[in-house]
Amino acid sequence: MIYLDNAATTLHKPPQVAEAVMTAMGSMGNASRGAHALSLGAARTVYDARCRAAELFGCSRPDHVIFTANATESLNIAICGLFGPGDHVISTDLEHNSVLRPLYRLQAERGVEVDFVPADRQGRIDYGDLERLLRPNTRAVVCTHASNLTGNMVDLARVGRFAHEHGLLLVADCSQTAGCVPIDMGAMGIDVLCFTGHKGLMGPQGTGGLCIREGVEIRPWKVGGSGVQSYSCTQPPEYPTRLEAGTHNGHGLAGLGAALEFLLQTGVENVHAKEQQLMRRFYEEVRSIPGVTVYGDFDAADRAAIVALNVWDCDSGEISDALAEEYAIATRPGAHCAPRMHQALGTVEQGAVRFSFSYYNTSEEVDAAVAAVRTLAAESAPEAQ
Amino acid sequence: MRKKEMKLVVTFHTTADAMAMEKTCKEDQTPGRLIPVPRAISAGCGLAWCAPLDSEERLARSMARVGLVPEDMHRCLV
Repeated sequence: MIYLDNAATTLHKPPQVAEAVMTAMGSMGNASRGAHALSLGAARTVYDARCRAAELFGCSRPDHVIFTANATESLNIAICGLFGPGDHVISTDLEHNSVLRPLYRLQAERGVEVDFVPADRQGRIDYGDLERLLRPNTRAVVCTHASNLTGNMVDLARVGRFAHEHGLLLVADCSQTAGCVPIDMGAMGIDVLCFTGHKGLMGPQGTGGLCIREGVEIRPWKVGGSGVQSYSCTQPPEYPTRLEAGTHNGHGLAGLGAALEFLLQTGVENVHAKEQQLMRRFYEEVRSIPGVTVYGDFDAADRAAIVALNVWDCDSGEISDALAEEYAIATRPGAHCAPRMHQALGTVEQGAVRFSFSYYNTSEEVDAAVAAVRTLAAESAPEAQ
Repeated sequence: MRKKEMKLVVTFHTTADAMAMEKTCKEDQTPGRLIPVPRAISAGCGLAWCAPLDSEERLARSMARVGLVPEDMHRCLV
């Protein structure tokens, strides 16, 4: 199968990722739960992964890298642990439900106020709206680095400058960019960076995390076993233990550590260049096919390696199913957990077919996908019915 | 059981700090190893860095190099 659903999860990983998981499953004790060789080995593996994540994202302290199960958990920890009654948060229409639903819940349950920077029909935001939405009680901007639907990127460095000029925090959802786009927390002014391990980082599912700038205090939402300070009635206050109650996904983190090492050696800028070339090759061909509507801003200087489109007025699920069944091409149709983005694009009913590219895709696979879209568009044309 | 000897024992707030200590000491060839925190220091669990008595200055230098702040440093029979 030609796998073009990398924005959901990358299928092809560096081979050393699976090797690291397999090795860990035969040799790993529980990190931070003893001092015998197998427990220490696990603790070293987890700590090495922290150091690599810190290096990749420009996080000044490895102990401020918190491991979680995925970006959704990371965003819940950050959003629920930072804001309370009376706080106001600015977000955007580009967000995934992993940002939207925690914010909506805080609105309903804690009286947190939320405003969204609107997106236009191309999925772009006007950065001037940040200033317009600012209030005396605004605490933070919570926003994605790139839309998981259109691939449009948010200029986080610009948002970071705005946030810090006004004493706000910047919480960034880097689910679609971590491992695919160079990110430097310090240079971009990111206070809390949330990532998942199984997409662009090319690690195992069930891994993710957040990187926290020194001085940012996040309340823990889960408490429990930590391997230290066992007779304390409260969770230890120091990072990373504060936010990591319970046993790690050590086997998964072994794989994530191997994936991070691969990216550090390969260079995220090289991954980015390869994915951009594949995405542009696909876009330049499909954009002119009669009946194909492509969503998003392709004039921007940078974007994620995603192309979302529709064919005539066909149900996106029908097109994606035909791609899978007739051409063995994996894509994702429907709403993509991005309701506000679809409202802005006017695609609530139709959804969209999302093609997303990875470091391991090839030009030949892209050309096969273009040919399939061309054929499906011709077959679906009103005059062909 | 081994015969106990007087050692320097450095404790930390988190396991991440203990692992940072191990990494740093290995890089600096500063002596010692990770052990369970001795009961004489603290009941419970966690990791501590155990090193010869005469390595205090080297330990301090290694920790200072990476900005590692220990919870405490003890002398005890281990």
